[in-house]
Amino acid sequence: MMKKLALAALLTLGFSTVSAAAPLLITGAGATFPFPLYSKWFSEYNKLYPDIRFNYQSIGSGGGIQQFTAGTVDFGATDAPMSDAELAKVPDAVHIPTVLGAVVVTYNAPFTGLKLTPAVLADIFLGKITKWSDPAIAKINPDIKFPDVAITVVRRSDGSGTTYVFTDYLTKISAEWKEKAGTGKSVSWPVGLGGKGNEGVTGLIKQTPGAIGYVELAYANQNKLPVTSLQNRDGNFVLPTLESTSAAAAGVVLPPDFRVSVTDPSGKNAYPIASFTYLLVHKDAKDKAKGDAMVKFLWWAVHPGQAMAIPLDYAPLPKPVVANVEKTIQGLLVQGKPVALAPVN
Amino acid sequence: MRPSTDIASARAGTTPARFAHLGDRAWGWGLTILGGTILVVAGLILLELGRVASPAFDHIRILRFLTSSDWDPVQEKFGALPFIYGTLVTSIVAILVALPVSVGLALFLSEMGPRRLRPPVAFAIEVLAAIPSVIFGLWGLFVMVPWLREFLQPALQRTLGFLPFFRGPMIGLGFLAAGLILALMILPTIASVTIEVLKTVPPALKEGALALGATRWEAIRIAVLPYARPGILGATLLGLGRALGETMAVTMVIGNSPEISASLFAPGYSLPAVIANEFAEATGDVHIGALASLGLVLFGITLILNAVAQILIMTVARGPRGAKA
Repeated sequence: MMKKLALAALLTLGFSTVSAAAPLLITGAGATFPFPLYSKWFSEYNKLYPDIRFNYQSIGSGGGIQQFTAGTVDFGATDAPMSDAELAKVPDAVHIPTVLGAVVVTYNAPFTGLKLTPAVLADIFLGKITKWSDPAIAKINPDIKFPDVAITVVRRSDGSGTTYVFTDYLTKISAEWKEKAGTGKSVSWPVGLGGKGNEGVTGLIKQTPGAIGYVELAYANQNKLPVTSLQNRDGNFVLPTLESTSAAAAGVVLPPDFRVSVTDPSGKNAYPIASFTYLLVHKDAKDKAKGDAMVKFLWWAVHPGQAMAIPLDYAPLPKPVVANVEKTIQGLLVQGKPVALAPVN
Repeated sequence: MRPSTDIASARAGTTPARFAHLGDRAWGWGLTILGGTILVVAGLILLELGRVASPAFDHIRILRFLTSSDWDPVQEKFGALPFIYGTLVTSIVAILVALPVSVGLALFLSEMGPRRLRPPVAFAIEVLAAIPSVIFGLWGLFVMVPWLREFLQPALQRTLGFLPFFRGPMIGLGFLAAGLILALMILPTIASVTIEVLKTVPPALKEGALALGATRWEAIRIAVLPYARPGILGATLLGLGRALGETMAVTMVIGNSPEISASLFAPGYSLPAVIANEFAEATGDVHIGALASLGLVLFGITLILNAVAQILIMTVARGPRGAKA
């Protein structure tokens, strides 16, 4: 029995090395938020180029940055751009925005079509507005009859890029928030209950009458959660959609390294709580084969790859951003030399 | 075959020659290595935790870390007190609820219950022990928490509301929910060990008590329980160990809010829960260090409780003998 097993193992080993002809394996790790899209991209790309395989571990943005910094993976992925301190450890790291995500405010209450202004949203999460019947909420929503129910704030308990984007927005619009909590993947929340993951937050909201919390747009869409229209910088109330999320990126001046927050952008139709998600690569790849493949993949991802984003509830990069990203990808080197890329049609 | 004869002859003292014990000595060395592994592993864990934790202590003084209740990763202010408090309170609630139920269950199964009922009840306990903790957490969140909010908490507040433990807004999630879920999770551990302990009570003790005219309950009280007490304490300790370290189920129902409140209705946080929640996305060395320090604190609490329990068991074990004399 044992001998047979050993023989079988030897045979499979032998065959797999022969049949696969040593496919190029590119490993990456990082953000969980874009994982469904990246899986789709990697499998589609593998169909086009069977000799290139990606192995992506969705361990979280923090872990992605750490592994990329330590050099244990070929590329990293993160929702929040690397900080200056983090970048100092890998000065040749390049951020490539891939798609956009948005954070939506959802609630459990006997009404729909809630609208909120930035100031009222901040006051709710600061614990200053504690009842749905508060006149500040009623003033924005004259059509809704609010019950006299306490507001229970629900937020993420786990460190998360979603929290980073949400608190980044609150920090921009509220001086008090900036002082009391600030921006981070985990912050010191003035009030509220913590749920683990989008599903944990949603579970708590559904369980608690009067609850309000935030989740990713993709998750809210897939689970048909009620969403809130937020007043943007231009004064319009905007529902979170893929279009309004893409519009957010168009309303921001992009720095050359793309390390920019796109929350609270200008633009008539821009949804105010949106963010890029990034892949992290080295400016000059050391490994010829892997570097070549990675640059070509990035080129593919920002062109045909973008069309695959919409069905999976990710907002594609707007045209002007793609033009900027193209320049960055063209500037990537492999062993000091640029990579020849297919022309864009 | 050979080693066993060696052992037998060595015991009998018939082969004094040293190298005749070669097998014995090799066996002894092997066991020492195996036994030592656990110490080495525990030591390595401590060492690595200490190494990861050290950046935090360049930043915060240990005493301040243990006594402060600020937890603000953005400002890099870290205090472990709310997590220590949450871990202890939920574990105490769990033991207070689970211990009487488990002992009752064990007595029912081994002493009082009809024989035909015993196998299904024993089976149910084993099934309970095999449920993954995330299932307990989900059940807690979707079934128990609403029931707590709508029924148990209002009832407790009406009847025992004069105590500080049962005050404040009733949201369902919090120390009470976490404690009750833990009680459910450690119940099979305590009950099944207690059943085994009760089996070791010499029948002569109980029969003697009965022969002296004791009722069934009196026989249990004067003969069975005193004999089994150290074993039951040991079982409780096993349960406590599980309660202190439980992560998934607790984080789903405790509310994950680093606050200290006397009320069991309030949301809280526990040591394992915050480590699990924040570690994956912690980027700064100080934040990671603070989380590793929480791991060290948990390690320390477990050690202290173990030591206390050992002392308790030793004093209790002396109890029955003294009573008999």
